[in-house]
Amino acid sequence: MRLLTHNMLSSNIKGVANGFPLGIEVEKVIEKQVELSADFLRNLFPKIEWKALVDAARTMGYAELPEEVDSSMLDSNEFLTKFHHALLELHLEEGALVCPETGRRFPVTKGIPNMLLHEDEV
Amino acid sequence: MSFRKAQIAQIRLMSSHPEVYEPCDDSFALVDALLADRNNLLEHQPTLCMEVGCGSGYVITSLALMLRQEAPGVYYIATDINPHAMRVTSETLEAHGVHAELINTDISSGLEKRLAGLVDVMVVNPPYVPTPEDEVGREGIASAWAGGENGRCVIDKILPIADYLLSDKGWLYMVMLTANKPSQICLQMREKGYASRIVVQRSTEEESLHVIKFWRDFDTQADAKEKAATNKTVPARVMESLVSQFPLSSFWRSCGSHSS
Repeated sequence: MRLLTHNMLSSNIKGVANGFPLGIEVEKVIEKQVELSADFLRNLFPKIEWKALVDAARTMGYAELPEEVDSSMLDSNEFLTKFHHALLELHLEEGALVCPETGRRFPVTKGIPNMLLHEDEV
Repeated sequence: MSFRKAQIAQIRLMSSHPEVYEPCDDSFALVDALLADRNNLLEHQPTLCMEVGCGSGYVITSLALMLRQEAPGVYYIATDINPHAMRVTSETLEAHGVHAELINTDISSGLEKRLAGLVDVMVVNPPYVPTPEDEVGREGIASAWAGGENGRCVIDKILPIADYLLSDKGWLYMVMLTANKPSQICLQMREKGYASRIVVQRSTEEESLHVIKFWRDFDTQADAKEKAATNKTVPARVMESLVSQFPLSSFWRSCGSHSS
């Protein structure tokens, strides 16, 4: 699971008011190189919750992202490289996502988060 | 003009599992529809493509392969309620050297809040087989086909979610049977401002398959608003275009059940 996907997931448990962002429990992180597409990053940038990405990347052991951003930084290759790496190249392979409100763990196995709910959570 | 053959997933590279639906006529029809629309898809320049209910991974893998050359930066997401399907899809993607983000969930649960209005292309081969209602949503492979009354149980859940997740320029491709009353589905979507077109229609021994594409259409939205404002029935030209698309029998049957 890429951090881009982490940025798109929320806790879906019934009654949870603010299920974003999910916490991350890391057991295993892997890195996979992907070709950088500046257009893709520019398209996605406005959709990203930046603080959630910075915190998630740090949890995964990558602390190079700036805390504050604005769209003018998308002209900098150095920034794009870091954004690209955090968003697309870091994978949570084993671990869990944690609901910020209830502490419920959603396991991540072989890079696939299990967001299925129990009957009493729907 | 280039006649280079676009790649799709290869059967010999497909992973499988006894509890996961293998690529079949409906999967092939959906991939054929995407291939037929490939040039439009490339022009569409999607950022985010999503498959709901990816099963073996045949469709999402084919979509990623056919767009890979000309549209390299696309974010693919695939979901399935069946955990085995997730593993099979993952292996199928890997065998073809493409990537999609996989989430084991019910339709798009957990993604709706943040993905609202972001999905440019959604593909769905839903469980459309008419079955008793209590067979819907069971564990394992039954979740791949059991569709409840008229096979509409899961389809009717997915349509409003698709409307919520699709971007302004978003497209939805969905497989359905004549038994699902596709003309009624198109009318319902029209009321939400979507135009529709049959991309592939194919009769097999057991079923008559349609792959229908839906997109937000300015004229349709105006019609929907006008209809809401004046409480008129569907505009005549809409009826005409729908009648011309579907065999009359299925059209009038579904209209009959629609009227009150």
